[in-house]
Amino acid sequence: MAESENIVAETAEKIFADLADAQTINSDKKGSWKAPLWQALSDAGLPLAWVPEDCNGSGASLAEGFSVLSAAGRFAVAVPLAETMLAGWLLAQARIASPDGEMTVAPASPKDRITLNANGTLSGRARGVPFAKAAKHIAVLAGGSNGFSIALVEAGACRIEAGLGLGGDNSDTVTLANVRPVAIKPAPKGFDQTSLMLMGGVARSLQIAGALESMLEISVRYSNERVAFEKKISKFQAVQHNLAKLAGESAAALAAATSAADAVANSIAFDDAFFLEAAAAKIRCSEAAEKGGAIAHQVHGAIGFTIEHILHRYSLRALAWRDDFGSESYWAVELGKLVADRGADELWPLVASR
Amino acid sequence: MTAALRFDPIRLPPECEKLRKEVRAFLADEIAAGTFDPHKPNREDTDAPEFSRRVGERGWLGMTWPKKYGGHERSFLERYVVTEEMRVANAPTRRFFVADRQSGPVLLKYAPEHIKMDILPRICRGEVCFAIGMSEPNSGSDLFAAKTKATRTDGGYLINGTKIWTSSAHIADYMIAIFRTSPPTKENRRHGLTQFLVKMKQPGIQVNPIGQITGQYEFNEVVFTDYFVPDDHVLGEIDGAWKQATSELAYERSGPERFLETYYVLTELVRAVGKNPDTRSAEGIGRLVAQLHTMRRMSVSVAGMLQAGKEPVVEASIVKDIGTVWEQQLPHRVRDLAAFVEENATNRETLENQLSFAIKTAPKLTIQGGTTEVLRGIIARGLGLR
Ligand SMILES: Cc1cc2nc3c(=O)[nH]c(=O)nc-3n(C[C@H](O)[C@H](O)[C@H](O)COP(=O)(O)OP(=O)(O)OC[C@H]3O[C@@H](n4cnc5c(N)ncnc54)[C@H](O)[C@@H]3O)c2cc1C
Repeated sequence: MAESENIVAETAEKIFADLADAQTINSDKKGSWKAPLWQALSDAGLPLAWVPEDCNGSGASLAEGFSVLSAAGRFAVAVPLAETMLAGWLLAQARIASPDGEMTVAPASPKDRITLNANGTLSGRARGVPFAKAAKHIAVLAGGSNGFSIALVEAGACRIEAGLGLGGDNSDTVTLANVRPVAIKPAPKGFDQTSLMLMGGVARSLQIAGALESMLEISVRYSNERVAFEKKISKFQAVQHNLAKLAGESAAALAAATSAADAVANSIAFDDAFFLEAAAAKIRCSEAAEKGGAIAHQVHGAIGFTIEHILHRYSLRALAWRDDFGSESYWAVELGKLVADRGADELWPLVASR
Repeated sequence: MTAALRFDPIRLPPECEKLRKEVRAFLADEIAAGTFDPHKPNREDTDAPEFSRRVGERGWLGMTWPKKYGGHERSFLERYVVTEEMRVANAPTRRFFVADRQSGPVLLKYAPEHIKMDILPRICRGEVCFAIGMSEPNSGSDLFAAKTKATRTDGGYLINGTKIWTSSAHIADYMIAIFRTSPPTKENRRHGLTQFLVKMKQPGIQVNPIGQITGQYEFNEVVFTDYFVPDDHVLGEIDGAWKQATSELAYERSGPERFLETYYVLTELVRAVGKNPDTRSAEGIGRLVAQLHTMRRMSVSVAGMLQAGKEPVVEASIVKDIGTVWEQQLPHRVRDLAAFVEENATNRETLENQLSFAIKTAPKLTIQGGTTEVLRGIIARGLGLR
């Protein structure tokens, strides 16, 4: 890891540790932690990490931004940090300057379509858009007769129906009815909806892997504290084996997600090898969220099922993140089709390509 | 973090890609010449001495060892590439693989110089086959229950007892084995075992084949009766084998051979499904490929740790646990998906034969080289639970 990547990640870690401690947030029903947290993140330039300096951003590298997302996952941060980073990144693809404040991206699902009309307005509907209700602006990818365009849209110009995701964060339906964008430019050559979904998927993979790391940590700690049958439950072999499996799931998620992030950070060519990395990460991390989350809850017993306990902050978000930017089922079908299309003898060369 | 697991995204450097091409070309030539059929994993491939020598000639054995012992001072990542290409091609590696992966490194660390000079170059030339003598009839997972006795005699030891499940003992030239040199102590039940280099095909050793449910004969019972081992064949510390055992496990447990043993059924499924899979087949294949890719990233990452001189015991155990559970389930998942393959798929017969063999192979995968339960115990220790 490069020196500077550490500094950006450490800054993020420090802000989360100071202002996004899971226990404090969990007991604060009014959400009074949100504003100071967002302020601190903004002051540190993290929401616009991926936006070049001449587009109003802080010009961090992709790798630096990814390490912020890992940290955000470890704290299961419930503000639109990942979303704003993705929005800024998307806008920067078309060299559109990012505004200040919370943003999100649309579409957030591979099947939803937003179109650019002949008169320059945008129409369409995007479901499951994370934090749309909290966003001031939305970065939109729209298809039109001349290929894809990237647009900056005011959230107020769209109809937003609030929805609630599994993790308790907003997951909203955004309808654009002839909305005139603040800015719009053509997407770079080759950039399409799959590119956006894969990038979003990598971000979610890192967040899921981070949440699993935390679930492993608090589960191990709990098993060393909780006493049953006159022993710490960590001394029971069945519990040890469950935790070993959780460690395996966490490790698999981490390996898949960091590998995909590294692939993006080092070559933004949206080729087969990148597709494999990003799709596989989303698939494997989502599977790990299911298996690992179940074990974390099992180890915690009933206390982990309460709203007072922090476990759900990680487990439910990890489960919710599976659905954003294409679920594991969706990507598995796409990856399976790609593999079938290339043919049996190309499978190993693809897997072993780096 | 309690666990502090890290799997850095190591990429194979350019020299590995060049090497990969060479290995593929070599294997294609061997297949063309009829040395082995990549579509037939169920052959008796224990004995392929000429193939071993040719692999040795290419410089692909002892790749990471010092040149003075015939090694090639190349990286763990380069060795990784050779291993995975051989495995995926179903090449007959049994005769040299144990020596290259495990026995050679043990000798490098613990054998006296004249033995290293004698044996290591021969391993590198693909001329010698090794077996591992750990398990005994009442000592598998509980290695420290081993009883086979080494009794002090003039200039060496006399061995009496029985090893079991010893892979390749029937073709092996040497075995690295643990024997009991003294009883365990009250404080340390691991104490009292010593590692020895054993020359096979000598008086006092009898090798009895044991059939396997696949129909193959790959492991054996090995009976020692007053078998003599000279002093200079002691490897490492007397009574201290337990200290030596763990650090080698990372080599044994994290390689591509720990998730690729039944890989061939996946390739054949993709072939049978054809270019336009239905949704169910596409999803099934996509998930399996995503899991495979992830394990490979983990395994390459551990190879990177070995290259950096680390001893990633926990990480390697995780790779073996996840990898062997995966390769065990793989034939069953492929069977599920193959149920809907067209009757007239060109490779249908090959796929069915492979599946039948892979399903028979599967039960052993989570047992050989340390059971899943034992590995999870090691991981739990690494997590600070024991
Ligand atoms: C194909 C094959 C090749 C092999 N080749 C070799 C070889 O070359 N050399 C060699 O020395 N050995 C070899 N083995 C033996 C292998 O290492 C042992 O089979 C393995 O260590 C398990 O020992 P066991 O068979 O005695 O089973 P046991 O130890 O009797 O175990 C039976 C079951 O009980 C479980 N168990 C045991 N103890 C515990 C515990 N403490 N906690 C939880 N569960 C436990 C095990 O996990 C397993 O599920 C080979 C085995 C196979 C299948």
